[in-house]
Amino acid sequence: MDFSDTPDEAAFRAEVRAFLAANAEQKSVEKSALSPVDVDGHVARAKAWQRKKHDAGFAAITWPESFGGRALSPIFDVIYKQEEEHYLVPAGVYEIGLGMCIPTLMKHGDAQFVKPYVERAITGEEIWCQMFSEPASGSDLAGLRTRAVREGDEWIINGQKIWTSGAHFCDYGVIVTRSDPDVPKHMGLSYFFLDMRSPGIEIRPIHQISNERNFNEVYFTDVRVPDSQRLGDVGQGWQVALTTLMNERLAVGGPRPPDFEDIFRLVRNLDLEDGPAVDDSVVREKLADWYVQQQGLKYTQFRTMTALSRGQTPGPEASIGKLVSAQKMQEIALFALDLLDESGASADPEVAPMDGVFHLGMMRSPAMRIAGGSDEILRNIISERVLGMPGDIRVDKDVAFRDLPSGKR
Amino acid sequence: MNFDFSEEQDLLREQARRFLSERNALGRARRQQDAGGGFDAELWREMAELGWLGAALPEAYGGAELGYVDLCVIAEELGRANAAVPFASSVYLAAEAILRYGSETQRQQWLPKLVSGEVVGAFAAAEQPGPLTADRIRARVAAGKLNGQKSPVLDADAADLLVVLATNGQDLGLYLVETTTNGVSRKSLGMQDDSRPGAAVVFEGAAVEALTESDGWAAYEDIQNRAAILMAFEQIGGAAACLEMARDYSMERYAFGRPIGSFQAIKHKLADVYVATELARSNAYFGAWALNAGAAELPVAAAAARVAGCNAFDLASKENIQTHGGMGFTWDMDCHLYYRRAKATGLALGSARVWKDRLISRLESRNTA
Repeated sequence: MDFSDTPDEAAFRAEVRAFLAANAEQKSVEKSALSPVDVDGHVARAKAWQRKKHDAGFAAITWPESFGGRALSPIFDVIYKQEEEHYLVPAGVYEIGLGMCIPTLMKHGDAQFVKPYVERAITGEEIWCQMFSEPASGSDLAGLRTRAVREGDEWIINGQKIWTSGAHFCDYGVIVTRSDPDVPKHMGLSYFFLDMRSPGIEIRPIHQISNERNFNEVYFTDVRVPDSQRLGDVGQGWQVALTTLMNERLAVGGPRPPDFEDIFRLVRNLDLEDGPAVDDSVVREKLADWYVQQQGLKYTQFRTMTALSRGQTPGPEASIGKLVSAQKMQEIALFALDLLDESGASADPEVAPMDGVFHLGMMRSPAMRIAGGSDEILRNIISERVLGMPGDIRVDKDVAFRDLPSGKR
Repeated sequence: MNFDFSEEQDLLREQARRFLSERNALGRARRQQDAGGGFDAELWREMAELGWLGAALPEAYGGAELGYVDLCVIAEELGRANAAVPFASSVYLAAEAILRYGSETQRQQWLPKLVSGEVVGAFAAAEQPGPLTADRIRARVAAGKLNGQKSPVLDADAADLLVVLATNGQDLGLYLVETTTNGVSRKSLGMQDDSRPGAAVVFEGAAVEALTESDGWAAYEDIQNRAAILMAFEQIGGAAACLEMARDYSMERYAFGRPIGSFQAIKHKLADVYVATELARSNAYFGAWALNAGAAELPVAAAAARVAGCNAFDLASKENIQTHGGMGFTWDMDCHLYYRRAKATGLALGSARVWKDRLISRLESRNTA
């Protein structure tokens, strides 16, 4: 049990600090987020930042050297993130590709074949997305129906994906498809990666309640994918998808604002009936609970990284991160608006404090509780895979996919 | 950085778990609950022989000088087994108070005896219902004599030596009183958790010796902070035991043709207990490091570990009863022993309500510092 750095870790931390100080702007009380720009501007900003990280050797800290990484233990990744947290850097562009898609490519693809893709992903030249969910299969992912039919050395893909983050600015994507509807659902899937500019792909951004458009619908009409871009055997797509999902638990970064620091700052600058909100006992109780959750998640992540660096696989216990942080985000946002009282009704930047972080949080948090495994699915994962409790009785387990009921007809 | 225990500490954990299971610590706690109190001198003596009572104390005073992280390992196992011993009173509170605030003579006089188990220590702070504050302390020392009353004092009946928080009219201090001294009378109290017995202690001109006569409140908070981290390990041990009991029962108990553990109503409940326990565990680990390293983060880490530990054990112990259905609220099942202990550990150093307030105060002063 030692929360201080070893000499190697301290040297690395110094290297990271020097890099960040020279290349990024530090967060401050006045400025805790990058000023908003349009999508193209944001992607350009993220690309430039990724390039800098790559050139300085921080783009693939834990990846094997053969793929251009530094092959350091996951603790070094934690150190980088700890330091980067204090700086204003563009987020939301590379996490899925570098955290989920590319690790899947490295694990299941032919090393020589995938190497150029991996390299262009690390430098930031190409951005990746992940296409799993469908209109009729969200939590029940293995019930997906986008078809892949083989034709010689190619596969023809038809169907629809949904909730694809960033598809509108991505160059490549990974996709799970149904290649055989005559076997039970988990057994008839195949996994590919493809060029997002292939003919037959149509991307339609989804208008979300936060008034943002980060997610997309992606339609496939006779999209041709070379068989060489299949990852894993035909029919083994579920196993490959699990690699991606296991990485998701590690990749989906830290909690999003509003978090403890945001509400702590608000209550120190807001008066209630009897003086500063921070002196109110109800406020203090809630603050304490959120702080303890936030710190608990931080140190749980450190424990996971310790396990990883000892060569143990991170277990599904990493699932608690999003389960706790998404609910916390929503609670903080809603409580903050209550504290603002009647004024909280206005989301206008003229009136809403702290650039509207609580108003936006209120409208973003519902998505956080659903995306990347809903609260309910995460509780299933914890109870079944961590606690070893029985799975639900499955009425669809031994039934051919094409015979499954799919709603009232 | 390393956020886990060493191999030696894992071995210590195994040894502790085996010992407490072989000695049927849980069954012994039940006997105390049935009897309405008592002191398990035999188990205490064996724990002393294993070196547990001085695990973190310097060798100079008979301790094993293993460090506080090792003591945390033992604490977690005591919580898991729901052991009925005055460990917190004697080891986390009395011995720590003497180590940190006593003179060299006082340390030499008392610590080796506390380590060997020859002397049991306890800590007397509370006087009346409601939270303890510096200005509410009436116990008063004048000319080396203590007058007043303290209630409840955990493990007072078993104790030979009390550390008492009292005023001398000018300032608060910590004072040592032997329980056999003239002017000390103890009256056993019925406790919510009788495996953690307590008494009301009345002092009528009892002879005392000061550990410190000034800044007693700061000393008290310092001792409490350290104890809160160790107690948090007892709490996560207890919470984990409750979670395992509930999980196991839910898989044995069938209803509607299937184990009740296959229903999401039960699975999701236990998933939430798991989450609370893991959050408490992570906060406690950070606390263990801060305690062992004497880090500046200690007061914040202690409050966070305390709040998370209370939350987790409360939740786990009550949902364990709920998962057991009707059987859960019978005297014969063990569920209530943990339910009682969750409250006992949640009150012993001050309630979570008080610690939440402290946590935020400490974060506020850190912010302005």
